[in-house]
Amino acid sequence: MLEVRWHGRAGQGVKTAAYLLAEAAMDTGKYIQAFPEYGAERSGAPIAAFTRIDDNPIRIHYGIRNPDVVVVVDESLIGAMDVTAGLKNNGVLLINSAQDPSFYKSKLGDFQGRVATVDATKIALETIGRPIPNIPIMGALLKVTGVVSLDDLEPRLRHKFSAKFSQEVVEGNVKALRRGFEEVKVL
Amino acid sequence: MKVALETNQLMAFAMKQIEPHVVAAYPITPSTEVVQEFSQYVANGDVRTEFVAVESEHSAMSACLAASLAGARVMTATASQGLAFMWEMLHIASASRAPIVTIVANRALSAPINIHGDHSDAMGARDTGWIQLWAESAQEAYDNVIQAIRIGEDPRVRFPVLVNYDGFTTSHAVETVEVLEDEEVRKFIGSFPRPEVNFLNIEKPASFGVLALQDYYMEFKRAQAEAYKNVKPVVLEVAEAYAKLTGRKYGLIEEYKLEDADVVLVAMNSAAGTAKETVDKLRQAGKKVGVLKIRLFRPFPIEEVASALKGAKAVVVMDRAYTYGGPAGPLFCDIAAALTNVAQRPLLGNVVAGLGGRDITMEHVEHMFNLGYKALERGSFEPLVTWVGVRE
Repeated sequence: MLEVRWHGRAGQGVKTAAYLLAEAAMDTGKYIQAFPEYGAERSGAPIAAFTRIDDNPIRIHYGIRNPDVVVVVDESLIGAMDVTAGLKNNGVLLINSAQDPSFYKSKLGDFQGRVATVDATKIALETIGRPIPNIPIMGALLKVTGVVSLDDLEPRLRHKFSAKFSQEVVEGNVKALRRGFEEVKVL
Repeated sequence: MKVALETNQLMAFAMKQIEPHVVAAYPITPSTEVVQEFSQYVANGDVRTEFVAVESEHSAMSACLAASLAGARVMTATASQGLAFMWEMLHIASASRAPIVTIVANRALSAPINIHGDHSDAMGARDTGWIQLWAESAQEAYDNVIQAIRIGEDPRVRFPVLVNYDGFTTSHAVETVEVLEDEEVRKFIGSFPRPEVNFLNIEKPASFGVLALQDYYMEFKRAQAEAYKNVKPVVLEVAEAYAKLTGRKYGLIEEYKLEDADVVLVAMNSAAGTAKETVDKLRQAGKKVGVLKIRLFRPFPIEEVASALKGAKAVVVMDRAYTYGGPAGPLFCDIAAALTNVAQRPLLGNVVAGLGGRDITMEHVEHMFNLGYKALERGSFEPLVTWVGVRE
C-alpha cells in the first residue's frame, strides 16, 4: 500500500489533489481511499489530507501515521508543525519550494529517503494565473513516485475540472501538471 | 460501475436511484452533503421526489412520518443533535409502522460541541424501535441503504430503518465503490407496497395517532415487540437477493477468523475494518484472534452473536459511545445479555474508543486484544471498562 500525506493550507486545493490522485489510481484498477482531516474550516488554516492506494481493498480507516510520501503544498508550514512526523525513513518528502532539495535534505539528519522540490506556486501563477499549487505539485509527485502516469492522471484532471472550470482554466492546469512533472528537482 | 464519490455524495446518488416519493430534511454536519446533493437532483429534475425543506429535524421527522402514513416511500438524512432532536418522533414512526429510511453519518453529541464521528447519536436512538444497519465502508453504506428500503417496506416488517456510517471517517472519505445501474436498483427495491390502510385512502377510512390507555396500550406494545421477530429473516432474504444481484454477501453479523479465535473483538462501523487488518497482522505473529462485526444492531441478533462468541475465551467489546453512569458501553451490555444463557461464557471486557472523531488505529486495536490476553492470564477483566487512546 502506498500512503501519501498532504500538508497545506485551506484554499490551496489540498483536498482536491488528494482525491484526484486517488481517482486516477482507481482508473488504473487500484483500490483507493482519500479523505481530508477536518478541523476548524477557514481559508489559510493548516490542513492535512490523505491518499491510500493499494492492489487490494483498503480496510483500515484512520489518518496516515507513517506515510511513504509527504507532500508539503505550503512551505511556510515547515517549522510551524512537524510535517515529516512518522515519514518512513526510505520515503519521499516533496516540498513546494524555490529552494534546491539539498537545502532541506541537510536539515533532515539521517533521513535515507528522497527529498524533492518544485516551485509549484510560480508554475501555478504562470499557467493558471492564481497561486494554487496543487496541480503543479501533483505533476512533481507523479514524476518522483511513478504511482500513476501523467497519461493516466490527465483525463481525470480534465474530467474533474471541466465540471467546475472554464476550458482555459482546465488547459492551464494541464500545463501546470506537465511543468510540475518536468521541473521537479530530486535528491 | 466503479465510482469515486465521497460517501455522503454516494448516499445522495443512491437516493437518486431509489427516487423516494418524499424527502423532508434539515441538513446537519456530517451528513449535510446527502441532503445538499439530493436537493440538487430534485432541482435539476433528475428525480420527481417531493423535497420538503423544513425548519428543524423535529419537523423533518414529523413530515416524513405524515408522508409515510399517507402511503409514500420516504427518506431523510441526519446526524448527532439532529437525530437527537428527532427523538420523540422516532418512537412514533416505529410504533406507527412507518418504513422511513433515515441515513445517519454517526457523530458525537454535545457538550462539548464536536462535529466528528462516534456512535453516541445512534445509541441514543437504540430503544426507539428503529431497525439499525451499520457499515464498515462506503461500499457497505451504499449496499445497506438499497437493502434498507426493501427491508423496512416488507409487509412482514414495516418498520423504519437507520442506515449508519461513521461521520467524517466514512462520510467524507472517497473509497472505491461499485454501484448498480439505476434500473437494477429500481427492479431490486420494486414499487412501493402501499398499504391498504393509509390516511389518503377514503375507501377505507382509519384512525392514526390514536389514544390507548391502561386498557390497550400494553397490547399495542406487546404486538410491536413481537413484530421485530420478523425482521431477521427478512434482512437475510433481502441480503440473499442482493448477493445474487451483486455478488456481495451480507449477514446479520460478520464473523472474521472466529473459528479458532481465543480473543475476539466486537466492533461496528469503520473500526471493524481496522480491526480485521490488525487480526491479520497478529495472526502472522501466531495469535489466535478474530473480529465479530455487528451489521444488524437493532433488532439485536442475540442467537447469532451468542453462537459466534461461544467458542472464544475472552471477548473485548469496543464501544464508540458511552452510557454515562451505566455499567459499561451500550454494545457491551447487549453482548453480555446475548451471552447470558451460554453455559461456557467467555470472559467479557469493554473498551471505549474513538469518541468525538479520535482515530482508532491498528495500535489501539492491538492494545484491545492485549487486554483480552491479560484478562485470560488473570481470570477476569480488571477494570471491566478501559478507555483506549485517551489522556488520563
